[in-house]
Amino acid sequence: MKDSKTEINFFDRAENIKKLWIALCGVCIALVVVDFFVPPKAHFGFDGFIGFYSLLGFVSCAALILLSKLVGFFLKVPGDYYD
Amino acid sequence: MTNIPPAAILILGAFLVPCFKSKFKNVFVVLLPLAAFFLISQLEIGASWHYHFFGYNLTLLRVDKISLVFGYIFTINAFAAFLYAFHLKDNTQHIAALFYVGSSLGVVFSGDLVSLYFFWEVMAVSSTFLILARRTQKAYNAGLRYILVHIFGGLCLLAGIVFYISQTGSVSFEAMAERNWGTGLILLGFLINAAAPPFSAWLSDAYPEATVTGGVILSAYTTKTAVYTLVRGYPGWEVLILVGCLMTIYGIIYALLENDMRRILAYSIINQVGFMVVGVGIGTMMSLNGSIAHAFCHIIYKALLWMSAGAVLAMVGKSKCTELGGLYKTMPWTMVFGVIGALSISSFPGTSGFTSKSLIIQGAIQQHLAWVWLVLEIASAGVFLHAGIKFPYFVFFAKDKGLRPGETNKSMLTAMGFLSFLCIFLGVYPQPLYQILPFEVTYQAYTVHHVVNQLQLLMFSGLVFFLFLPLLKRTETISIDTDWFYRRGGRLFYRISDRVLNGVNERAEQVFSLGLAGWLGRRSRDLPFRLAQVLLYPCWLARGLRGEELREKNLVLQQTLASGAAPVGIGAAVATAFLLLFFILSGLV
Repeated sequence: MKDSKTEINFFDRAENIKKLWIALCGVCIALVVVDFFVPPKAHFGFDGFIGFYSLLGFVSCAALILLSKLVGFFLKVPGDYYD
Repeated sequence: MTNIPPAAILILGAFLVPCFKSKFKNVFVVLLPLAAFFLISQLEIGASWHYHFFGYNLTLLRVDKISLVFGYIFTINAFAAFLYAFHLKDNTQHIAALFYVGSSLGVVFSGDLVSLYFFWEVMAVSSTFLILARRTQKAYNAGLRYILVHIFGGLCLLAGIVFYISQTGSVSFEAMAERNWGTGLILLGFLINAAAPPFSAWLSDAYPEATVTGGVILSAYTTKTAVYTLVRGYPGWEVLILVGCLMTIYGIIYALLENDMRRILAYSIINQVGFMVVGVGIGTMMSLNGSIAHAFCHIIYKALLWMSAGAVLAMVGKSKCTELGGLYKTMPWTMVFGVIGALSISSFPGTSGFTSKSLIIQGAIQQHLAWVWLVLEIASAGVFLHAGIKFPYFVFFAKDKGLRPGETNKSMLTAMGFLSFLCIFLGVYPQPLYQILPFEVTYQAYTVHHVVNQLQLLMFSGLVFFLFLPLLKRTETISIDTDWFYRRGGRLFYRISDRVLNGVNERAEQVFSLGLAGWLGRRSRDLPFRLAQVLLYPCWLARGLRGEELREKNLVLQQTLASGAAPVGIGAAVATAFLLLFFILSGLV
């Protein structure tokens, strides 16, 4: 067991979480900006606009989470359901 | 002389495990897959070890580029898994694992369907012991369900093989051209092992109940031998595109709902195998290369993920996300290796998933399969969501639950370090893998477009995870899957059968035993009298008897028959009458 004084607690500190949020948002914005310099290649016609992959990542993940929430409403049961 | 089936080394080695004591046992089991790997690298291309079985010419060793790739990765992964289990002294687990890995090598090097079926069943039985070895009631129950599903899958495969042989007269295992009962049933048998819905629940039900090392070993072989058989037997079967797409999304949705860390990883196996199945369904050289390369890399990073989860389970004794969190503080190395596995499964540039999965997606692009491509991209983003971030976040970060277990042992860390190295090595320099693929690879994963697009997809996926974190809060729940039908549905079926069949039984007793039989008994008692009455009445009427005389005759007849005082001649006359009747009737018929 480690001494709590020497313990790494980077993620417990609110200011670090804030920095991580800024970094994540900064990276996301930067990646969209990159599209202006390297426009995405269209493979099928509908996928060539600026920000396509960013939008796809955002929308599909949001949809997957909401879908799982909806499905979970019907499928989730207590942990001891089969006991 | 080196051309011997690699399965033999591990299976024969398994018999010797009890002969070794303490560390020698572990050294021995680590050396066995290394020896098998060396043997595979020396194998000559071609078929050998032919033998006759019921008039068929079977082949135990068929060496070509497809079997070699799977042979290499199966032995590399076994080496890492036994290194991970270097502290383990349990003979049951070592022997079961050696039989399991050995028979999976048997499957990939079998040249015919009969030998394949034999090894297929050995795999099912030996892998069950890796679940039972946990020695808990839950594991026993899960193991029983696991083997029952695999017996069903094995029977489908066997029935398919019998059909196939009777139709074609051949036992050789090549790409299936005909679409009929035989090839359909064989495909069903393979898909059950590939954990394709609705036959997928066995995986998420059983693997999380396995032992710490059992989970690591199980994660690699059953589903990937199934991928091998699909690549070999069913390239270009369009139905697999649909099945694979379904698997990718199904795996993500269930993994997002799940609370148990090893069950999250179990569902993500289904998701990843879905990508490989799509590649087989597309069936081009690019996509088949992709399926094989992805199976290769997937085995490595998935074993790594199961190792990090296993290390946590071994140290903390807990597996639910609701009970875990903040472990980066005392298990930093396990966390780092887990994160490398998580990034690899998410196809993060610089990791092996990026250089292998891209081949499948490129295959879809080349065939202009827009909707397939879109599903694969959506699923790629979803992988980062459930396995890339959710698993490490809830286990190693999130809320500190006050757990201070300390780092896991050195052998586990070494194995994880080895696999992490492979994940990054194949991510940065995939050429050694590309060179052993069955078809020539001209694809370049690292283009500016591809890297930027992949990063955009993943980083926005990550952004969504943290924005939607309140919706992803873990709950003490499980999700109903298709195993409901044989877990709850079985009990329900029993109860319904009990009510219906026993109800019918009760009614039948009332109607037939008590009612009809009693009635017949009562009727039978005065049957001779009634028969005699029917016969004699017309005679009496013909003689002109009426009213009181008729009633008296009737009474005398009843008393005579009741007391058995009827003259012998009457009995003889009745018997003769019956005989006559019989002859008349038989003459008519």
